Amino acid sequence: MARRLHRREDGHSVPLLALSAGAVLAAGALLWRSADRGLPGRPDSAPGRTSRRSRYGDYAVSGRTVTVNRPRQELYAFWRDFTNLPQFMHNVTAVESDGEQSVWTLRGPFGRNLSVRTRIVSDRPGEEIAWRSTAESEIETEGKVSFRDAPGDRGTEVEALVAYVPPAGRAGQLVAKMFQREPRIQGRREMKRFKMLMETGEVATSANRKSEDGED
Amino acid sequence: MRALTYHGKHDVRVDTVPDPEIVNPRDAVIEVTATAICGSDLHLYDGVIPGVLSGDILGHEFMGRVVETGPGSTLEKGQRVVVPFTISCGACFHCMKQQFSACDNSNPAEKQDLSEPLYGHAMSGLFGYSHLTGGYPGGQAQYVRVPYSDVGPIVIPDGLPDEEVLFLSDILPTGWMAAENCDITEGDSVAVWGCGPVGLFAVQSALLMGADRVIAIDHHPHRLDLARRLGAQVIDYRRTHVLEALMEMTGGFGPDAVIDAVGMESHGMAPDSALDAVKQQVGIGADRAHALREAIMACRKGGRISMPGVYGGFVDKFPLGALMEKGLQLRTGQTHVQRYSQDLLRRIGEGEIDTTFLISHRLSLEEAPTGYRNFHDNQDEWTKVVLTP
Ligand SMILES: NC(=O)c1ccc[n+]([C@@H]2O[C@H](COP(=O)([O-])OP(=O)(O)OC[C@H]3O[C@@H](n4cnc5c(N)ncnc54)[C@H](O)[C@@H]3O)[C@@H](O)[C@H]2O)c1
Ligand SMILES: [Zn+2]
Ligand SMILES: [Zn+2]
Repeated sequence: MARRLHRREDGHSVPLLALSAGAVLAAGALLWRSADRGLPGRPDSAPGRTSRRSRYGDYAVSGRTVTVNRPRQELYAFWRDFTNLPQFMHNVTAVESDGEQSVWTLRGPFGRNLSVRTRIVSDRPGEEIAWRSTAESEIETEGKVSFRDAPGDRGTEVEALVAYVPPAGRAGQLVAKMFQREPRIQGRREMKRFKMLMETGEVATSANRKSEDGED
Repeated sequence: MRALTYHGKHDVRVDTVPDPEIVNPRDAVIEVTATAICGSDLHLYDGVIPGVLSGDILGHEFMGRVVETGPGSTLEKGQRVVVPFTISCGACFHCMKQQFSACDNSNPAEKQDLSEPLYGHAMSGLFGYSHLTGGYPGGQAQYVRVPYSDVGPIVIPDGLPDEEVLFLSDILPTGWMAAENCDITEGDSVAVWGCGPVGLFAVQSALLMGADRVIAIDHHPHRLDLARRLGAQVIDYRRTHVLEALMEMTGGFGPDAVIDAVGMESHGMAPDSALDAVKQQVGIGADRAHALREAIMACRKGGRISMPGVYGGFVDKFPLGALMEKGLQLRTGQTHVQRYSQDLLRRIGEGEIDTTFLISHRLSLEEAPTGYRNFHDNQDEWTKVVLTP
């Protein structure tokens, strides 16, 4: 895997999605290492996406870790039912799921909706869920969420990573527009809302009425 | 409903806006019976707090009667409640540690985009303040939507009039926490910069906590008189060299603890203040910190600095060397209001603490713009304005 990524850095294109599930993390770490060559000392302990120099080429990657003051199993179970995701992912309007395959409806720009079909590629109860878009999906994407016990009695550290390759053509432009609204900000908002929902049962809003969305 | 809204620097108006309603399960809606103007509102009025938008409803010191409850609220319709200005979920790591103003969940996710780059973290939501703290509509209005109503609101027993308990929403616990942050022990002297509501309650609290003497500093004669009546010695900084006086008045030690109850719009007679004022005017984001600098210089070696005064950005010429070399400790923060609610309510009920001495003017909500102007321009006489909708 490392060789392929190095090749990519040399200008050849190896789609992220060709990598196995869980590769998002690994890819981050590897890219970090290759981009970091030339600096003295050993690689540090930080995740690849926080590197000063790593580049993910064509793909947009967003990731965020939050600590949620709830047990691991409970958080896993909520996330594993993908139909729950729109409650905290505000650009996902709906998810239909049969447990293995899910169809996500994403809010696109200019009122156009996009749909993504994903299947589960890794499922370790209480620890990790990973999904990847299927061949017939409009967008190529993969994502992974992992759950590990937080120190002390702080609950669970939840780390989510999503990567996507904007396809060519009209749909591609739309996707690019959508995700270029700062994927990092998007990812951070979603994970904060997930934490709110799990800890307090609701998502904070300053809206004074149900008809306002409170977001600016 | 009618509500006091922000329209720009020194421009607040009472407008008609839509009534709030229950949005989230744990919400309640209260009908406001009394609300006050705070020194923190003056920072908004002067346009020195980032993230305040035209049309925002101001006000974070308010109380009223519960008129609607969501399914997750523990309040009952008709109950009288005082609402803390800090909005806190009660369930996150920080709330569990009683660091309510650091609540992780009450600041809406989409409002945190600005505060993370500015402060490193987003703070809790606050009523009627900046969009950095959630942009929640405030309490200088007829009705307020109160999130997490099962956590914050303090139910007030019948028999305690509004004016005796209203300040549980902010300035009383703020003065109290300011004194608590001084770690007062026997023999301690405490100096307090600013004899506004926060400074005066800090004076009162420090004396209750057993300070040997409290020295209050301001230049408004009436405000200094109020401090004197509470039992403080006073320094008028227009008459007296504050640093020299403090050394002399504490036997050459300097105060054991110092409280900055002035904040980012400090007045001052020294060149640093003039420069700060210019910078704040031209908007390059420097807070005016004259009082804080003076407090750090005055504090005895190994002493404590308590800073309830609000700052929003950056400070120049901060005497970091004095802080380090003298081994001082600095404690600050938006008040963790809910931490003190029950204790302070009890003290008010038992007559140990009176807060009504502070109120100088009672106006209707419609007259709120007059209240702002005078609380801002005639600080000596206008010590605290209470509005009734
Ligand atoms: N930490 C919190 O949670 C919290 C809560 C409420 C208020 N506050 C802050 O506390 C501060 C005081 O609030 P307030 O309502 O008492 O305000 P205020 O404006 O009524 O009082 C400030 C006082 O400071 C005096 N002052 C100005 N410069 C001075 C100087 N150099 N030396 C001595 N005194 C000086 C003024 O004359 C005035 O009397 C504000 O910054 C406010 O935002 C903080
Ligand atoms: Zn206040
Ligand atoms: Zn909280």
